[in-house]
Amino acid sequence: MHDKTLSELAAGLKQREFSSQELTRHFLDRIARHNETLNAFVTVTEEHAMAAAQAADARLSGGDGGPLTGIPLAQKDIFCTLGIKTSCGSKMLDNFPAPYDATVVAKLKDAGTVLLGKLNMDEFAMGSSNETSYYGTVKNPWRLDCVPGGSSGGSAAAVAAGLTPAATGTDTGGSIRQPAAFCGITGLKPTYGRVSRWGMIAFASSLDQGGPMARSAEDCALMLGAMAGFDEKDSTSVNQPVPDYTATLNQDLAGLKVGLPKEFFEGELDSGVAQALEQAIAEYKKMGVAFKEISLPNIGLSVPAYYVIAPSECSSNLARYDGVRYGYRCQDPKDLEDLYLRTRGEGFGAEVKRRILIGTYALSAGYYDAYYLKAQKIRRLIADDFKRALEEVDVLLGPTTPTPAFGIGEKTGDPIAMYLSDIFTIAVNLAGLPGMSLPVGFADGKPVGMQLIGNYFDEARLLNVAHRYQQATDWHRRLPEQFA
Amino acid sequence: MQWEPVIGLEIHAQLKTRSKIFSGASTAYGAPPNTQACAIDLGMPGVLPVLNEAAVRMAVKFGLAVEAEITPQSVFARKNYFYPDLPKGYQISQYELPVVGKGHLMITVDGSEKRIGITRAHLEEDAGKSLHEDFHGMTGIDLNRAGTPLLEIVSEPDLRSPAEAVAYMKKLHMLVVYLGVCDGNMQEGSFRCDANVSVRPKGDDAFGTRTEIKNVNSFRFVERAISYEIERQIEVLESGGTITQETRLYDADKDETRPMRTKEEANDYRYFPDPDLLPLVVTEDFVEEVRKELPELPDAKRHRFIEDYGLKPYDAEVLIATRQLADYFETVVRISRCDPKLCANWVMVELSGALNKAGLDITESPVSAEKLAGLLKRIADNTISGKIAKQVFELIWESGKDADTLIEEKGLKQITDTGAIEKIIDEVIAANPKQLEQYRAGKDKLFGFFVGQVMKQTQGKANPKQVNEILKEKLKS
Repeated sequence: MHDKTLSELAAGLKQREFSSQELTRHFLDRIARHNETLNAFVTVTEEHAMAAAQAADARLSGGDGGPLTGIPLAQKDIFCTLGIKTSCGSKMLDNFPAPYDATVVAKLKDAGTVLLGKLNMDEFAMGSSNETSYYGTVKNPWRLDCVPGGSSGGSAAAVAAGLTPAATGTDTGGSIRQPAAFCGITGLKPTYGRVSRWGMIAFASSLDQGGPMARSAEDCALMLGAMAGFDEKDSTSVNQPVPDYTATLNQDLAGLKVGLPKEFFEGELDSGVAQALEQAIAEYKKMGVAFKEISLPNIGLSVPAYYVIAPSECSSNLARYDGVRYGYRCQDPKDLEDLYLRTRGEGFGAEVKRRILIGTYALSAGYYDAYYLKAQKIRRLIADDFKRALEEVDVLLGPTTPTPAFGIGEKTGDPIAMYLSDIFTIAVNLAGLPGMSLPVGFADGKPVGMQLIGNYFDEARLLNVAHRYQQATDWHRRLPEQFA
Repeated sequence: MQWEPVIGLEIHAQLKTRSKIFSGASTAYGAPPNTQACAIDLGMPGVLPVLNEAAVRMAVKFGLAVEAEITPQSVFARKNYFYPDLPKGYQISQYELPVVGKGHLMITVDGSEKRIGITRAHLEEDAGKSLHEDFHGMTGIDLNRAGTPLLEIVSEPDLRSPAEAVAYMKKLHMLVVYLGVCDGNMQEGSFRCDANVSVRPKGDDAFGTRTEIKNVNSFRFVERAISYEIERQIEVLESGGTITQETRLYDADKDETRPMRTKEEANDYRYFPDPDLLPLVVTEDFVEEVRKELPELPDAKRHRFIEDYGLKPYDAEVLIATRQLADYFETVVRISRCDPKLCANWVMVELSGALNKAGLDITESPVSAEKLAGLLKRIADNTISGKIAKQVFELIWESGKDADTLIEEKGLKQITDTGAIEKIIDEVIAANPKQLEQYRAGKDKLFGFFVGQVMKQTQGKANPKQVNEILKEKLKS
């Protein structure tokens, strides 16, 4: 059952080939068997899951189930879940059961899905390898000595290894797309404002966006349909109707204009990645897709701009973790300053501290104009680059990452090298555009991801373009041998 | 040397919204600690602010009342600092682009008017409260107040004396209460003041170094704190010292200001636009809609009271003190159709006196405007005398009945029948031959004695004017 897509599982449930309880039990068993190897789950909510599966079965037998009723899935541990530990990958929130459900969690619950548990992630979503998690590194199911990517590394690994049919992720600078690429799954970062951020623990508020991670574009379409929508509790969510993303999946691609940003193919692009992309482009040409080289001249500034804006926002967003009201508190603080210093000193990991320091510095009087304001100007230039490009073509296509998954420990000593692994994904967040990653082959035995970037609220088109490719290929159907 | 004080005030007016500025929790005062703080107010992980439109409406209303520019697109910013009663580690405020821009307010000191510039007014959320007593060396945190909407109103440094500062503060207080945007309750902290004070040699254009006196919550204390601070600064400067730019606290018990204990480094709040909130767009339509809701403002009302009712400026000032008092007065005039000066007198003297004595507000008056009007009508048509009216007023106060019922019940109707009055006067004269003899011998003062006797006989009900006239005639012959 774990090699099936969501729509296949949904069909099986409808036709009573298996019950939601059987399905849920199957995945819980797989988690029990493989999680020790992968470290993808931080919390497994077995009782919760079986109760929800039972309720789903009742609905299904009553014939009133929706497309996701009875489907088990898992939440990135950044989404608040009522009464269930919501750690955000941090010691700071190791003891924190959220007092409410995130909108995404509530919506998926309402859709009848079954929560298997909470997924490991880089601490406060700050990382590209899942190595900054308080709960330890997650292993890449394709190569256990490699990272799964980050920050949604637990989500990607769990889906890739068939421990859950689908998962949620969040993407601030590539945290859905990069791990999806590293683990050979399909992940979509929606347009900023498409999915509510209420209850999604903030890293960098103007960049964070939740989205689905699953086996296929079709699965992502099903998931996004349930997750997306205006939320009056999130002032930055956009009041725009949610289309039926599954309805347009099969649209013909003949005549589609796809742009290839030349900056994405220059420089140190791994040859295996370049090769896989070439084959994918050839596949699309067979479908009548027209390609055109385009330029995003300011794209080179995206990493430096991002590493001013994201840390600035994070330095403020994480100020609330002070040991006063909830979360970690140091032992026997002797006064207020001691409480602050030790709580935050002991509760946060090194990468989080590094970013808080960078952000605090960038926002300080005398530096604000030179860093924060300058970065915001660059952000506008980058958005303008995309705007111009998307006036010429319908979709942009390129690699998700410069290389396939790197080794565990390989980049932990060199933060700049680590930051550069997000070089192709970060600009999309700065512009607020939707982007997705889908598997297009292997390099050196490791999955290669292809990134598609669309116009604002054009998720349906991205899913359509990805789905047609997946109809013609089977990279997305492969499972790592060890977890087959 | 002659010194000139330069004063600017920052007033925090708590807006009278039902719910908080960024959450749905209640703003009611006095609930048990931490019972009116929801997940948003507590700064829980994952929560987001949503702006309360009522707070924007009130800010715009205030802006229009001080003839200020309303910013079409203003921005909420985060003011970052750590404090236990600041749950998020930042306060959402407005920094570079406040919702209300430059405006002004007219004040009157010693009979002359002065225009005080208002630099800006911006929306922000209040913090919670740290409670240092009753926790055995620990600190208690009450977050009920966290997220309460505040309008911070910043004046230009246009004030030149403590008296001007207080006049400005009082005027502003009256205005926000009139507008219905603030309850003005200073004891509960709904209207608080920070004062920036400096002094400079008279004639200088440059400002001296200023100090900021924090959180003064009464008119009297503001005047005293500023006076003290001016004297202190002059003393320092005259003895060759320099003023340190710092924050000071006013100690009312000792009547002095003292520097607050602060960290050595200057606070850097690292303001930046709050990415959780979109820019606040105030359309012209919205502004016009709010403009239509503006009540008559105090200055306009005072002017109208003087013009339309012929009141003295002082009386007008007293009557416009609150909208409720002014409305009361106008209701009395409208219903009684009496001379507005008579109405003003009764409202200001009899009614206000009784209310003060009972510790009641005009809105709690046991004598309604309608009942007072009913009473004044009977004075005007000579049914009762002014003196009896006071007695009836007390009866209305106690019983809640109307004047006509009470006059009837107690038989207080004035005696105006000349024959009846003559008869009583004849009896009084006959009963007091000795006094009559003395009066006729030239002891004019005894006239009052006879009036008194007549009034005594009639329980004060005889028309005093008639009594005087008839008595004069009778005593002569």
